[in-house]
Amino acid sequence: MDFITANNVTFSYIDEDEQQLNTENVKQVLDDISFTVKKGEFVALLGHNGCGKSTVAKHLNAMLLPTGGMVYIDGIDTKNEDEDFTIRKKVGLVLQNPDNQLVASVVEEDVAFGPENIGVEPKEIRRRVDLALKAVDMYDYRHQPPHKLSGGQKQRVAIAGIIAMQPQCIVLDEPTAMLDPKGRDEVMNTIKKLNKELNITIVLITHYMNEAVSADRVIVMDEGKILIDGTPQNVFSQVELLKRHRLDVPQVTELCYNLRSCGVEIDTLCLHTDECIEKLLEVLR
Amino acid sequence: MSTIRVENLCCTYGAKTPFEQHAVKDVSFTIESGDFVGLIGHTGSGKSTLVQMLNGLIKPTSGNVYVDDTDIWAKPKEIRKVRFKVGLVFQYPEYQLFEETVAKDIAFGPTNMGLDEHRVKERIDKAAKFVGLSKDLLDKSPFDLSGGEKRRAAIAGVIAMDPDILILDEPTAGLDPVGRNVLLSQISQYQKSRKNTVILVSHSMEDVARVTNKVMVMNKGEMAMFDHTQKVFARSKELTSMGLRVPQVTRVIDALRSKGIDLPEGILTVDKAVYEITELLKKEGRL
Repeated sequence: MDFITANNVTFSYIDEDEQQLNTENVKQVLDDISFTVKKGEFVALLGHNGCGKSTVAKHLNAMLLPTGGMVYIDGIDTKNEDEDFTIRKKVGLVLQNPDNQLVASVVEEDVAFGPENIGVEPKEIRRRVDLALKAVDMYDYRHQPPHKLSGGQKQRVAIAGIIAMQPQCIVLDEPTAMLDPKGRDEVMNTIKKLNKELNITIVLITHYMNEAVSADRVIVMDEGKILIDGTPQNVFSQVELLKRHRLDVPQVTELCYNLRSCGVEIDTLCLHTDECIEKLLEVLR
Repeated sequence: MSTIRVENLCCTYGAKTPFEQHAVKDVSFTIESGDFVGLIGHTGSGKSTLVQMLNGLIKPTSGNVYVDDTDIWAKPKEIRKVRFKVGLVFQYPEYQLFEETVAKDIAFGPTNMGLDEHRVKERIDKAAKFVGLSKDLLDKSPFDLSGGEKRRAAIAGVIAMDPDILILDEPTAGLDPVGRNVLLSQISQYQKSRKNTVILVSHSMEDVARVTNKVMVMNKGEMAMFDHTQKVFARSKELTSMGLRVPQVTRVIDALRSKGIDLPEGILTVDKAVYEITELLKKEGRL
């Protein structure tokens, strides 16, 4: 069952900085994009800066509406204004900078902010907040002020705030860009856990190829269009194509690829550290 | 060219209040002229406080900072001059662009140094070239540039002051892989051609491993390590316990070494790993 359906979506705006308002100043950000995301699927969205990834993200919870084409969330047309709140309850958005997303002075109050706003009963709020904080492993920090937390912890609190709204889907726009390596691991493990255990649909926008390999599917965008849509294995085997479009592959994939072009016999291009160690042991032993 | 020496540097926020926090605790080191130092550490480890003390934006609670053997706080009224010598590029510097054109924005620093118009012009051209900004962009509004170009324009503004010591706080955060690689290569080339000191604060171990010759590790406000890049990344376990990692390719090679494969220690880049593995196979006559 498809949770997200995007049919021939285009999005353009008129660049008002330029004085002459003629048609030449219309900026086409999304150019006839179609894709679907199944319920419970984990999709990574890649692409260079300015390729339209974040614009796609904003279409998924009706923050932006398509200029042409349609976006359906769980069967609901995002252009239907009466359904804005329903859609935003279904799809939560997590952004790059955790400091811009936390509003309260105590962790648990911050997580309660969302459900309070949509009029959830106090008892139910308590239950949801506890569940959400446990889901991201931040329950022990519930009485702490957010500014005393590390970047990874803050970002997990921001995710808990979304989970407390009980969304069916979470869209994360570069959630680890400002985090240290441990924080990145923490957030990625949380994302994977939410997807596996709570069956939450995940759309992850990232510049870290190591994170994209955890997804079920990878969509690569370029200049407002979809360039490749496939499994991580399939996408990351196209090393040359990705590099031509300002992207990269994980270090282990590049290692396998370069060894292969030096004549070393490696049958698959590895995506994960452990897989690569195994493969190289076979070759070197 | 300048060396930077730090003795028993401490910085305490909110001293004598219930919120007292020791951001930097008793740190001492010397960075030689021409070193390219990577500064790594978990969030909140004191990296940003430390670099702001190095150019006099934060006055240490105790301890001293010497640039070329002169205590930078010896004459507090002249602290501005230190900032021309020690240039600091903040995180997300593109948010600080403000002028009508890129050229004017880059000119801000050198003009404040009191250089004449002609020299300022020279500095703009040179700085723009260093960061790879094409000439036709100089007359554009900085707000019409792409994300990567804005970042480079902002860095050019600091480079234009021609600082002996250049500090960059997470210059590649949020850039796509190619943008990241291009910017890093440019910084690296700049460092090589100017032979000046560069300090790169980063959360990307892969980036640090690729371009630096030394690495300083901050942990909970203390300096935990300061050594050659290869030696630091050989201490994988300690780094992990501090919330850091070694590059993915280093993890692979270390695992192979521990299984008895005869590869050298301290392989930090994919190119080096490819070279060593193919050499090994050739030596054994298998390639």
